[in-house]
Amino acid sequence: MKKELRFVVNGDSYDIWIEPKTLLVQVLRDELGLKGTRRSCDSGSCCACTVILNGKAVKSCSMLALQANGKEVLTIEGLANGVNLHPIQQAFIDNWAFQCGFCTSGQIMAAKALLDENANPTREEIQRAMDGHLCRCTGYNMITEAIQDAAKRLQGQKLQEAAK
Amino acid sequence: MSEYSVIGKPTTNVDGAAKVTGEAVYTFDMTLPNMLYGKLLRSPHPHAKIVSIDTSEAEKLPGVKAVITGKDTPGGKYGLWRRFHELADQEVLATTKVRFIGEPVVAVAAISEDIAEKAIDLIKVEYEPLPAVFEPMEAIKDDAPVIHDGFENNINNTRHIEWGDVDEGFKNSDYVREDRFTLFSQHPAYMEVHNTLASYDKGSGRLTVWASTQSPYFLQLGISDALKMREGNVRVIKPHVGGGFGGKNSTMHDSVNAAFLSMKTGRPVKIVFNREEEFTATEHRTAMHLAIKIGLKKDGTILAKEVKIITDGGAYTGLGATTLYLAGTFITFPYKTPNYRYDGVRTYTNKMWASSVRGFGAVPTVYAAETQLDRAAHDLGIDPIEIRRRNAMTPGYEAPGQYMVKSCGILPCIDKMEQRVKEKWTDLSKDEGIGFAAFAYMSGGIFNWIDTPYAFSGAMVKVNIDGTVDLFTQASDIGQGHNTVSVMICAEELGIGVEDIRLHPADTATTLTDLGAWGSRETLMNGNAIKAAAGEVKKVLVEVARMKLGENIVYDLEVKDKRIYLALRPERGFSYYDIVKDAIKRNDGEPIIGIGHYTPHRKGMISPAYGMGIQAVKAKVDRETGQVEVKDVITVHDCGQTINPLGARGQVEGSTQMGLGFGLCEDMLTDNGMVLNPSFVDYKLIRSRDMPQIELIDVPTYDPEGPYGAKEAAEATTAPGAPALANAIYHAVGAEFNSNVLKPEKVLKAIREKEKKGR
Repeated sequence: MKKELRFVVNGDSYDIWIEPKTLLVQVLRDELGLKGTRRSCDSGSCCACTVILNGKAVKSCSMLALQANGKEVLTIEGLANGVNLHPIQQAFIDNWAFQCGFCTSGQIMAAKALLDENANPTREEIQRAMDGHLCRCTGYNMITEAIQDAAKRLQGQKLQEAAK
Repeated sequence: MSEYSVIGKPTTNVDGAAKVTGEAVYTFDMTLPNMLYGKLLRSPHPHAKIVSIDTSEAEKLPGVKAVITGKDTPGGKYGLWRRFHELADQEVLATTKVRFIGEPVVAVAAISEDIAEKAIDLIKVEYEPLPAVFEPMEAIKDDAPVIHDGFENNINNTRHIEWGDVDEGFKNSDYVREDRFTLFSQHPAYMEVHNTLASYDKGSGRLTVWASTQSPYFLQLGISDALKMREGNVRVIKPHVGGGFGGKNSTMHDSVNAAFLSMKTGRPVKIVFNREEEFTATEHRTAMHLAIKIGLKKDGTILAKEVKIITDGGAYTGLGATTLYLAGTFITFPYKTPNYRYDGVRTYTNKMWASSVRGFGAVPTVYAAETQLDRAAHDLGIDPIEIRRRNAMTPGYEAPGQYMVKSCGILPCIDKMEQRVKEKWTDLSKDEGIGFAAFAYMSGGIFNWIDTPYAFSGAMVKVNIDGTVDLFTQASDIGQGHNTVSVMICAEELGIGVEDIRLHPADTATTLTDLGAWGSRETLMNGNAIKAAAGEVKKVLVEVARMKLGENIVYDLEVKDKRIYLALRPERGFSYYDIVKDAIKRNDGEPIIGIGHYTPHRKGMISPAYGMGIQAVKAKVDRETGQVEVKDVITVHDCGQTINPLGARGQVEGSTQMGLGFGLCEDMLTDNGMVLNPSFVDYKLIRSRDMPQIELIDVPTYDPEGPYGAKEAAEATTAPGAPALANAIYHAVGAEFNSNVLKPEKVLKAIREKEKKGR
């Protein structure tokens, strides 16, 4: 028996009917066509599928889509402002914080959730927040540096806005 | 020569925006209209005869469109060692018997993944289990079960390398020691699983295949050999790839079965492995037993080395036969070895086959050689840095009949390392130690076991009327950043910017052959092909500019910063864009096209150039728990002229993560051929919090064979992490290890043994 799922993804409202067993990642990728959220491990142990649900980073492979009912989801596709990249995205590019890019969407969404909560994290705080995110390419250090760089950019942006 | 405009400048990834927005398309993200989903039924037995297969129930299941067994396939054998027919030993599906747990036996295509999985459950296979063998030392015994007919004692391949007079060398040595090692496997553990989308065109009889591969050309050959098709009728396109690390060179069961199911059904078919299938039935690093005997003079000079290796090959060949050769080669690097003898044996065993993983051949062997060297240095009372310096190769060094090393920065790397460690690590606390390991690796292989008639790499450059450039090449960016390197080389040669160039990579139908991304070959080999192609275009543009200038032939022209001008009088010249317009007009309206190729010639048996360096690890050992903490890492390397410092650093960081994982925690556990830990929960990678910071120091050289002097970067650095760590533990607490995966229990046991013996 299909059930109704009403939720907001990247600012758009959706009202769809799905099998109750459907995972959030399946709805995002297969129903909504948001392929930027990727799966890698099938066991909730790599965090590649991380999205933001009501402000918190969650693994979209480890929850039912119906658990997002009435909630707001932000995926990698919702981060940039039109053709202007989000400062975290630009910091990932400038710091070579990805190579193959397959885990990158999850890394960036987790970084967003972290910086929303803690605008100026230390290296150790970043490593702790990002610890479950597996990456085979970068060795992590350049991701940590990109997040530190992004924190600075976001703070600069805030100061500029405050000055206006 | 004037300074480069593009080469050597930190350049952000040309695929950057696509990758940080999630828009980059991987095979994993692709679907086609009317597409079917394929699944594989795999063997639960390590070695068994297939008595019968009953697919009738599966075929009746609504939504199932095809069920195939080995007998339905065209029966072509395939593999990467296709020059030697008997080593092209893979099958699309096992026909008469299975040789490892997880070997595919039946393939299904259905309208959904769920239905395909249900159909798999309905298939009944009757097996007659055969005695199996899992250990190489058991496999070579006369009474061992035979895995492949015609391969006596399960010997898949052997390799002998020798130069100098080894026995004489040992006779003249003041100090001789022999150590035995067991080196365990490692999974490449890329984030994107193997997956393939295949589409068969009923009208033309041609196949188009999109796959997560390191080499579109190898895959094209694999599929055409397996399905007995003309090569030209198989088009392979490589979209973005979520990592390979050596594990995506071979043609795997996803590709050949998706292709054949598409031919059977006339519909596109996609097969995606899950992570458990990855760990149980895809290629991993070659495990081995290794004996190494070394003879030195009192002053630490190496006089002789003898190495014997027997590798655990698993059930098929893959690139494992190449691994055997490279193991015998890179265990000598980067030291002068006047007398050397190597004998390697690769055995078939009833396990998933071992093949190439990042630094293949080097990672396990360098572990043995570099830890043994520290023991010898200790016994001889020589400093670990000093013994390495005393034996380091120098430019022009030749191993007779095997390899020659042209650019060679190992000595300045060692000097720099000594100085840096003295400055930086002044305050070693209790139970902390410093370990060193030197390393080197090839810039692409010279060997041609794939038996290609084509040049090893090709590229085509087309210049359009507005000065934009289309660059076509089959080279594979699998994350290492080669797309950026390709565009940088093309831009430097034409004196334009990376933004002027649109890259069309990795499509066997529209690009000139390149053998793919393995053995660190793309920068040197594909870089040379691109430089040659762009050079052809440059020649035309310079000719046109020269005619317009009307200057005497002896005046040199410079092509740089989007201008073409007299080298001695830079103000006399033209804009690149104007010359392009003139050149196309003069060429009867044809765009300017340049084609370039590269194949190494007269460069020895291994590689045209070698990257190298030395790594130092500072580690702290907890004597109570055996826990080891990597505190800090310094790497000094010579990769010739660095093309992109951002990308090169990224590669060093990533390979160090993999190398430390090989040393510390990555452990593929098997029991009677069954992988016991096939998930990221139980197979431990180094994570963000475990990762030390790495200081990278570049010692530039110029390699005459590389584009702009460039050569291998950062595949070699997969090797030193584990031995440098083992050496750090050795110097901290005196414990010795003759294997990798230094888990706390192993470290603790070694500490206790050391204490028992007394220091």
